[in-house]
Amino acid sequence: MNRRDILRRTAAAGLLATPAAGLLAGCATGGGDDSDGTDAYQGTKSEQNPLGVKEDAPLEVVIFSGGFGEEYAKAHEAMYTERYPKATIKHSATQEISKTLQPRFVDGTPPDVVNNSGAGQIDFNGLVSQNALADLGELLDAPSLDVPGKKVRDTLLPGAVEVGSYDGRFLVLNYTYTVYGIWHSTKLLTERNWAYGKTWDDHIALCRQIKAAGIAPWTYAGIHPRYMSWPLISTAIKFGGPQVAMAIDNLEPNAWKSDAMKTAADAWHQIVKDKFILEGSPGLDHKQSQTAWSQGKAAFISCGSWLEAEQKDVTPAGFDMAVQPTPSLGSGDKLPFEAIRGTAGEPFMVPAKAKNVAGGLEYFRTMLSRKGAQDFTKKVSSLTVVAGASEGVELPHGLSTVVKALDASGANGFNWVYNNYYRKLERNLVDAACGEFFSGRIGPAEFLDQCQKGADSIAQDSSITKYKRT
Amino acid sequence: MRHGKWPLIVTFLVPPVLLYVVFVVSPYLQAFQISTTDWLGYSADANFVGLENFRNLWRDDYVWNALQNNAILLVLVPVVTIVLGLFFSSMLTMGGRKGRAGIGGVRGTAFYRTVYFFPQVLSVVIIALLWKEVYHPNKGLLTSALNGIGLSAPTWLGDPATAFWCVLAVMVWSNVGFYVVLFGAAMSAIPKEIYEAVMLDGASRLTTLRKVTIPLLWDTVQVAWVYLAIFALDGFILVQLMTNGGPNFSTDVIGVRMYDTAFGSETKFGYASAMGVVMFFLTLSVAVLALRAGRRERIELS
Repeated sequence: MNRRDILRRTAAAGLLATPAAGLLAGCATGGGDDSDGTDAYQGTKSEQNPLGVKEDAPLEVVIFSGGFGEEYAKAHEAMYTERYPKATIKHSATQEISKTLQPRFVDGTPPDVVNNSGAGQIDFNGLVSQNALADLGELLDAPSLDVPGKKVRDTLLPGAVEVGSYDGRFLVLNYTYTVYGIWHSTKLLTERNWAYGKTWDDHIALCRQIKAAGIAPWTYAGIHPRYMSWPLISTAIKFGGPQVAMAIDNLEPNAWKSDAMKTAADAWHQIVKDKFILEGSPGLDHKQSQTAWSQGKAAFISCGSWLEAEQKDVTPAGFDMAVQPTPSLGSGDKLPFEAIRGTAGEPFMVPAKAKNVAGGLEYFRTMLSRKGAQDFTKKVSSLTVVAGASEGVELPHGLSTVVKALDASGANGFNWVYNNYYRKLERNLVDAACGEFFSGRIGPAEFLDQCQKGADSIAQDSSITKYKRT
Repeated sequence: MRHGKWPLIVTFLVPPVLLYVVFVVSPYLQAFQISTTDWLGYSADANFVGLENFRNLWRDDYVWNALQNNAILLVLVPVVTIVLGLFFSSMLTMGGRKGRAGIGGVRGTAFYRTVYFFPQVLSVVIIALLWKEVYHPNKGLLTSALNGIGLSAPTWLGDPATAFWCVLAVMVWSNVGFYVVLFGAAMSAIPKEIYEAVMLDGASRLTTLRKVTIPLLWDTVQVAWVYLAIFALDGFILVQLMTNGGPNFSTDVIGVRMYDTAFGSETKFGYASAMGVVMFFLTLSVAVLALRAGRRERIELS
């Protein structure tokens, strides 16, 4: 064997071992008996124990350790063991939900409670279509832990159940209540004597003023440009009414090219054309753009109400962030200016094959108790889906404006769920279109075309289960 | 001697082969099997769908787009890296002539050699994050430098027109050091007398490199080519961390597409495995082609 042979053989061996990503998809499909919980823990149902929790059954909880941390969950677990002292709780926290739990789902031994969130979130469409999730309907009809005379269902904010429902089955508990709007610093606006524009024309006039003052009116997360789809779709819904969102969610033909969407896209194109966006924004990720905004380099940013917690470390004192709804396009709008997008977020689920399904539901009942919800709001400065649970809790400035905006919005609040039904459509396809549109490389018509093309590709893909909302 | 053979085989060969079979060969075989199913990854049930996944792949524009990017990488990464590697290593081993007979590197060879190797010491993840900051469109090193001399800078990773080239540059940057060392080691094995003879004949440095060094290094260059080609077909870690395939899929590569299909925006493990299988055959054929095409008469030195 000469040197060349050795080299060639080395190269050939390297071939088999190199493409790192090639290994990732090669997980085993072997395990998993279809016992369907024959050895599941089941207790006797009673008035005190409406879900039939077995008192000494262990409970395993997996938490996504993101912006909210994991301390709140430990508090909920303590509340659970207070009621069931014989139960032991196995708690773990990870940032990689899908990679950590995928083998356990296949094996048929998933944990009892999963906080399926973050960048490593498991696509819900996949989970639902494989019947991997337990029906949480029973939880809704169980009495609330500490609101006498009310079922859990009646203690929740409107829309909380709808977001987690797939074809009428309530499968995902979205625990936080998130408001999506346009954020600014109260300090900046009052110092300069600027007033937030309630109509689109006022908004553009204000942007012009801000730009003249040497500040960029807008910035956005160019690496995750879908953040900008939120105010754009909101503007369209306020203009054309909730059926604009319904059509998008139900993948109706040309839903993205409705008149309302066209009008909204044309309007938003103005901030691109007039260069109201901080230079370089297309290359910033969400943290970088939000930090530029916190540093006063830009006046407005689109985000959800987790923004305050996420920016805690870099927000200067007295910044006083506040949320506002998207400006109205004109007097012809179907919804008033105050209407804002509010929705339940931060998904929790109980896998169908969990050993202790009843315990998982009971854990949710603990979370949805007034005490559990209040504790959460105190710990992580975020609202929960439990109505009125923030009363009596001292809220930071940003969150108090969120509560005010929600009150003002009232029954005019709206939401869409296509991002839950079809994660890929928002995360990949609409995201890419927004990137092109808000960096000014394409115009409004091409933007909507590209979104529609994405929606059509989902609609035509027979391997994706479709859901309808009414 | 004979009685000592079996214990040696059992203790030194069986465990590694076993590990290799369990953790490398068997996942590969399973990927082939999974690619013929519609497995969605979170239950043990999967239906056999034959070649349906491959038919869908053929029609998937996003996959073709990713493959096209891989193809460009496949051409440019090895060429640029090898050319730079050969240039640097020849400068380091025989660049300086100092007017005397004798072969040596340029001044500061030891220093350069160390510096070139730095990227190899860093983990790929660190390299990706480091360059992400260098490419920061407002306060990054590149933008600040360009602004400093009065030029306007692009948004680097934020613009489909530049993002791909930015990633490609990082790929070359992170690889070149290793090949400088590899080529340097191979060059020092070339007998000095050859160079002395060439110098006496009055050949320029470029001619020396072209007519003497490269032919004598051909085996090494060929191996470098194969490795770089495989790297270019993968490229997963750098792309995923720096751009995740964006903006507007301009930096997408097949590895990222596969990851996204299984673990990202969807859970289509069957479809993702089909991509893995395609990638496997592409990599294999590229390597075989590179080895065949590079076959030349071997030059014996002794």
